[in-house]
Amino acid sequence: MTQLSAAELNRKLASKEVSALEVAQAHFERIEAHDAKLGCFLHLDKEGALASANEAQKRLDAGEATALTGVPIVLKDNMSTIGVPTTCASKILEGYIPPFDATVVAKLKSAGATILGKTNLDEFAMGTSTENSAYQLTRNPWDTDRSPGGSSGGSAAAVSAEFAPLGLGSDTGGSIRQPASLCGIVGFKPTYGRCSRYGLIAFGSSLDQIGPFARNIEDAALLAEAITGHDPLDGTSMKTEPISTRDLKNGSLKGLKIGLAEEMFSEAINPGVREVVERAIEALAKEGVEFKKITLPSIELGVTTYYIIAPAEASSNLARFDGIRYGPRWEGSGHIDVVSKTRGQGFGHEVKGRIMIGTYALSAGYYDAYYTKAQQVRALMIREFNEAFQDTEILLAPTSPTVAFKLGELSNDPMALKLLDYCTIPANLGGMPSVSLNCGFSEGLPVGLQLTAAPLRDERLLQIAYSVERALPNATGRPPLP
Amino acid sequence: MQSYIPSIGMEVHAELATRSKMFCRCSVAFGGQPNTRTCPICLGLPGTLPVPNRAAVEMVVRTALALNCTIAMRSIFHRKNYFYPDLPKGYQVSQYGDTNPLGYGGYIEIPTSDGGVKRVGIRRVHLEEDTGKLMHLPTGESGIDYNRAGVPLMEIVSEFPPDIQNAEEAKDYLVQLRQILLYLGVCDGKMEEGSLRCEPNISVRLKGAEKLGTKTELKNLNSFKSVQLGVGYETSRQAAVLEKGEKVLQETRGWNEQKEESYLMRIKETENDYRYFPDPDLIPMVFDDAYIEGLRKSLPELPLSKSQRYEKDYGLDRKESWEFLVDPEWSRFYEEAVKLGGDPRLIRNEMVSEFAKHLNETGIPARESRVTPAHIVELTKLKKEGQITSKMGKDVFVAMVKDGRMPAQIVKESGAVQISDESQLTSIIEEVLKTHPDAVAKYKGGQVNVKGFLVGQIMRQSKGQANPEMVQDLLQKALEQA
Repeated sequence: MTQLSAAELNRKLASKEVSALEVAQAHFERIEAHDAKLGCFLHLDKEGALASANEAQKRLDAGEATALTGVPIVLKDNMSTIGVPTTCASKILEGYIPPFDATVVAKLKSAGATILGKTNLDEFAMGTSTENSAYQLTRNPWDTDRSPGGSSGGSAAAVSAEFAPLGLGSDTGGSIRQPASLCGIVGFKPTYGRCSRYGLIAFGSSLDQIGPFARNIEDAALLAEAITGHDPLDGTSMKTEPISTRDLKNGSLKGLKIGLAEEMFSEAINPGVREVVERAIEALAKEGVEFKKITLPSIELGVTTYYIIAPAEASSNLARFDGIRYGPRWEGSGHIDVVSKTRGQGFGHEVKGRIMIGTYALSAGYYDAYYTKAQQVRALMIREFNEAFQDTEILLAPTSPTVAFKLGELSNDPMALKLLDYCTIPANLGGMPSVSLNCGFSEGLPVGLQLTAAPLRDERLLQIAYSVERALPNATGRPPLP
Repeated sequence: MQSYIPSIGMEVHAELATRSKMFCRCSVAFGGQPNTRTCPICLGLPGTLPVPNRAAVEMVVRTALALNCTIAMRSIFHRKNYFYPDLPKGYQVSQYGDTNPLGYGGYIEIPTSDGGVKRVGIRRVHLEEDTGKLMHLPTGESGIDYNRAGVPLMEIVSEFPPDIQNAEEAKDYLVQLRQILLYLGVCDGKMEEGSLRCEPNISVRLKGAEKLGTKTELKNLNSFKSVQLGVGYETSRQAAVLEKGEKVLQETRGWNEQKEESYLMRIKETENDYRYFPDPDLIPMVFDDAYIEGLRKSLPELPLSKSQRYEKDYGLDRKESWEFLVDPEWSRFYEEAVKLGGDPRLIRNEMVSEFAKHLNETGIPARESRVTPAHIVELTKLKKEGQITSKMGKDVFVAMVKDGRMPAQIVKESGAVQISDESQLTSIIEEVLKTHPDAVAKYKGGQVNVKGFLVGQIMRQSKGQANPEMVQDLLQKALEQA
């Protein structure tokens, strides 16, 4: 049962072939059998999940179900859940229990989804391997010696390992798409502003976007439909309708114009990955896709730009963690001492490093050279992408420059870790919708294909991704778990 | 002692009279048990987001227009980053920059003793959020009350270099500014509750010197009197320091209201680096001309022009005008009464005597009193037409306050109409003269002041209803004939 997609589960639940409780229990059994090895969850809420499954069954019985009623889902642990611990994988939020639900959580609850638990991440979503969690390592289901990617590694690994058909992650520089790629599943970052950030514990506010993990495009689209739409609690939320799945299956690849930016196929990309992606391109060309080679020079400035803007915003966003109102407090003498000790002990190494970089970039005398300059590059990049979208509908690229790497392999190479976001960062800087889906394997490990569209073209992007998925029938598989 | 010229810059914070806070829906009402007017948003809980209060933005724009400012047609919020326990997010949402604040480059006119006005430049009018309040508990511990956190706060900063040169002008500036805010209905102006706060910065320089002296900032000024005394004290103190050949230090000083002296709070050694940057959670505010012009047209008549009109049209002097203008409601009452067709001078006299006394004693605001402008107008008319005496007027007033009947009706129902009938009066006078032949004799003997006694007797005989002017005339005639 755990192999079923959300859409299939929905059909079986609707036809009473299975009950919501059976579905939930089956997934918990699988989690209990395998998560000790994988370490996906920071917090499992079995009691809450089973109660919610019972409620879901009542709705199913009453014929008031939605596409997600009774369907299990896991949440990255940076989304606020009322009454359930929310830690951001940080010691500074150990024991913190939010008194409110994030908007996406409230939407999932009202859709009747069964929330199984909260998944591991890099502390405050800062990282690309999930190794920066203050609590535990998460392992890649395809090879448990390897990282699932990050920062949403827990949700990605959980969906890949069939602990749930659906998961939510957050994507600031690639934190949904990169782990989706490394775990061989689908990860989708919607247009900035289409999914409410209310209740998502902020990392880089102008970049953060919540989005779905699933094992196929249809499921990802169904989840996107359920969580998007205007939210009056988020001032940056667009006044647009939820992402519609109505025309998901009505697309065609014939005559579709896809751009290939040469910067995304550079030396920075591992040859094995490049080869798999190029094979997929050939297959799509046979389906009638017209590929066009283009150049977007600002892509090469993406990582640098991102590593100024995101830390600058983070340095301010994380200032509220001072041990005064919530979370643990490390005592000291006087206010500044308490704050220093709490932040010194409560934050991990990577978080502290980024706060320092961000603080520096915003300081008097450096602001113009760093923050202002980075914003200028960002504006330039948006212009370049806008132009590219004038005559191509979609940009195609590898999602990650590499396949899953060994745990610890890159821990001492912060630059290498940061370069893993090379292909994903532009979509965040430009607020563009972008999806990663599996397109094959290199060295037995999954390789992700990234499709990116112009802002607000989420429906079209998913429609094309659905067709691409059909055109690459043997591109996916199941990880070698029993 | 040499001659020193003070320069006084005024920084005023006004809590806006909105119903809810700046970025959430909590009440802004003053007081309340600590932390009862809070929610996850104004407590800055992780994941919460701000949504701006439109009413607050509009109030600031209206104020900026009333202060003759240029309106920023595109204006953004910044984050001012610093750590303090009363600051829930570790930053305050504010507005930075010379031409970014909602209003900039305006002026205010203050009346001068010679009957003219002095123009004081306004540098900026911007919108920000208030902080919470530290409370020192009897246990020796500190607590924080966040009820004020997130209350919309307008900052009004006078131009630099300052136009204000003495303590009285500083007070007059604040009086004038407060009046404007009250007339606009954007602030309740309660300095004692802290809804209007004034922090002047003060420096003195030797007469003839061009460069401004080192400034100190003065806090804890809770009344106009404190502002005047505090600024006066600080300018004398600084002059005395310089006179001794010492240097004024850049300090923040507090005002001790009991001792009437300033004291050192902290020395400012370095400028804080607040790392202002655009708040990524808040999109830019963009206004169009029609909106701004609409607001400009809807501005009420402001106190200074009102006072000029009162002098010109109603024949009041400046002092009398301001008696009304200090309270917008009081002046509205007055104008309504005048509009009903009464004599502006008599209405003024009526209002400032019995009515003002009554409102003062009962603490009832004019608008809640049973006495309406129509009552006042009718009362003045009855008196003017000689239908009632001023003594009777007092009784009518008491009755009017009690049940809200109109004066004419009260007079009619009590039968207490003034006796202006000549034959009726003559018969009373004759009777009195008959009963006091000794007094008549005294008058004949040249003791003319005995006439007053006789008038008193006549009034008593008529139960106070005799028309006093007619009594004077008729008595004179009667005495001459006797």
